[in-house]
Amino acid sequence: MNDTAGSTAVLRVRDLSVSFRGEEGGDGDVHAVDGLSFDVAPGEVLAVVGESGCGKSVTSLAVMGLLPPTARVGGSVALRGRELAGADEKELRSVRGREMSMVFQEPMTSLNPVLTVGRQIGEVLRRHQGLGRREARQRSAELLETVGIPDPGRRVDEYPHQLSGGMRQRVMLAVAVACDPAVLIADEPTTALDVTVQAGVLDVLGALRERLGTAIVLITHDLGVVAHTADRVLVMYAGRAVEHAPVEDLFATPRHPYTRGLLDAVPRPGGRAAALAEGRRPRLREIPGLVPGLETQPDRCTFAPRCAHADGLCTSRRPLLQAPAGPVGERPDAPHTAACWHPLDVTGAPAEATEEAAP
Amino acid sequence: MSTDAVHSGTARGPAGPGGPEDIPGTAPGRRRPGLLRRLRRNRLAFTGAVIAALFVLAALAAPLISPYDPARADFGSALAPPGWSHWLGTDDLGRDQLSRVIHGARASMQVGVLAVALAFLAGVPLGLIAGYYERFADPLVSRITDTLLAFPFLVLAVGLAAVLGPSLLNATVAIGVSLVPQVIRVTRAETLRLKHLDYVGAAVASGGGDGVVLVRHILPNAASALLVQATVGVPTAIIGEALLSFLGLGVQPPDPSLGVMLSSAQPYIAAAPWTAVFPGLAIVVATLAFNLFGDGLRDVLDPRGATR
Repeated sequence: MNDTAGSTAVLRVRDLSVSFRGEEGGDGDVHAVDGLSFDVAPGEVLAVVGESGCGKSVTSLAVMGLLPPTARVGGSVALRGRELAGADEKELRSVRGREMSMVFQEPMTSLNPVLTVGRQIGEVLRRHQGLGRREARQRSAELLETVGIPDPGRRVDEYPHQLSGGMRQRVMLAVAVACDPAVLIADEPTTALDVTVQAGVLDVLGALRERLGTAIVLITHDLGVVAHTADRVLVMYAGRAVEHAPVEDLFATPRHPYTRGLLDAVPRPGGRAAALAEGRRPRLREIPGLVPGLETQPDRCTFAPRCAHADGLCTSRRPLLQAPAGPVGERPDAPHTAACWHPLDVTGAPAEATEEAAP
Repeated sequence: MSTDAVHSGTARGPAGPGGPEDIPGTAPGRRRPGLLRRLRRNRLAFTGAVIAALFVLAALAAPLISPYDPARADFGSALAPPGWSHWLGTDDLGRDQLSRVIHGARASMQVGVLAVALAFLAGVPLGLIAGYYERFADPLVSRITDTLLAFPFLVLAVGLAAVLGPSLLNATVAIGVSLVPQVIRVTRAETLRLKHLDYVGAAVASGGGDGVVLVRHILPNAASALLVQATVGVPTAIIGEALLSFLGLGVQPPDPSLGVMLSSAQPYIAAAPWTAVFPGLAIVVATLAFNLFGDGLRDVLDPRGATR
């Protein structure tokens, strides 16, 4: 990866791998993440996308150091140059919620039902900033206002069951940004919300990024959310990064057939009528097959069994992330890379001769 | 823990620090109806609660409301049947049965409350630890719990009381210890359930240590289950006390206790049945009342109940 981006990165992940010990006498280990690297700069939104089960959430938990002891984590996770992989629990606790925080998918269950929202936000403030009860409540109300909750003076003393799902997710955001963290990891923060509420929560994320310069890792499988929010996109498949690009480049010219498949699988308005007009059966173009099991990380392209363009090379050698031949993206500082032997060109046709370019 | 919730609950009132916009009644139907209200809708539970409360009051005010000194013998009116001067009759020594039942209730309540408190003091921390540190602490705590649970409750209590020696304090300790396994079981089960919930994960993700997670997030959410367990534990302890005193391992005779009364009534059951009937009735009514109250509380505190 390029070092100019790396030097300004606040979160720098290198060669992250996570495997879970299998049942004894069972099928062996599960390799959830394999050799993942990425950087996030202050004020930047990196979207991590992929199908369910491709390692997105495991990646976020690994970065936070929240995986259960049955997980083996390799590689490096550096926050402002400080290594977190292998750090002890005490050090991680002082980082979590203060320098790096996380928002979970389920706002309905992520708040403690017996504590007022003010207390739950205040808990983080009191823990990391040593505020007193009164100051914490005051600051909690300010944070509620920051995340766009009306009437914060009253809401701060309410219980989670008195709030709607969108409001609860805003409260979760308030908890997450209470201590101005350098990095915010949002694991599908809008998946459980309806669309109008989604937009509101994403706007809050955008505003926080601008106001506080927070680096945001946005984990999602919703490409609409990605287009709306992200600066760069990391596409994951079966635990590996398959494509990494600025958001405009990715949507304009997806290089990896998997990314192309994801984009094609998004329903479009008028798609049905257009298909009928052309005499085609109106159906979404899905990607055939399923995400493979993760018992092994084979030395080949993991997407090859589902790929229309796969050949002998794809099933015998593993492609690495590299900038494909052809036009450079719009941002030379953030190159467009894909892990594919036959990256698609602008027209969507697979390239022939990257074999020679490969080491 | 639960007092935290109570504090913030009161802070929401009209006088709460919410500023001028905090006008009561602006959010109709937002609050759940009060606990008492919901309890009142459940007739059986409410009856149980009232009787249990009367029982507790009688125990507290025993010296004030007893018509006679429970220890004063009056051989002139021994084994008198129930009547105007002695509502529940007298026993073989002419002592007033009503006064003795009231004072007996005092001993029952004392054991009931203290034994349950003791069981919770020991059982709740152990249950939390066993449930939270599933890999390390649970095997040890759970095997000990299983071993204790292999003995029926009363057998365990009698055995322990016999070892400790006969006295009210020792009976309390014996009953308390015998209740511990059940408390551990309930606390552990709740902890196992709660620790996988999202808000516990969220607390860890925001830097919460084990202590914070256990005391602020798990314990308060287990409180309703524990409260129900406590109300069910009291009648168990009352029966335990009656049994131990009946066997001579608890309250020692001249002192009144429902168990002691039953024990000393044995020779006269045919001639003066009231000597056995009334203390027995007191045990049945008190136990039933607390159990009904506990069952009702379980229904009322269940969040899946009518409130959602």
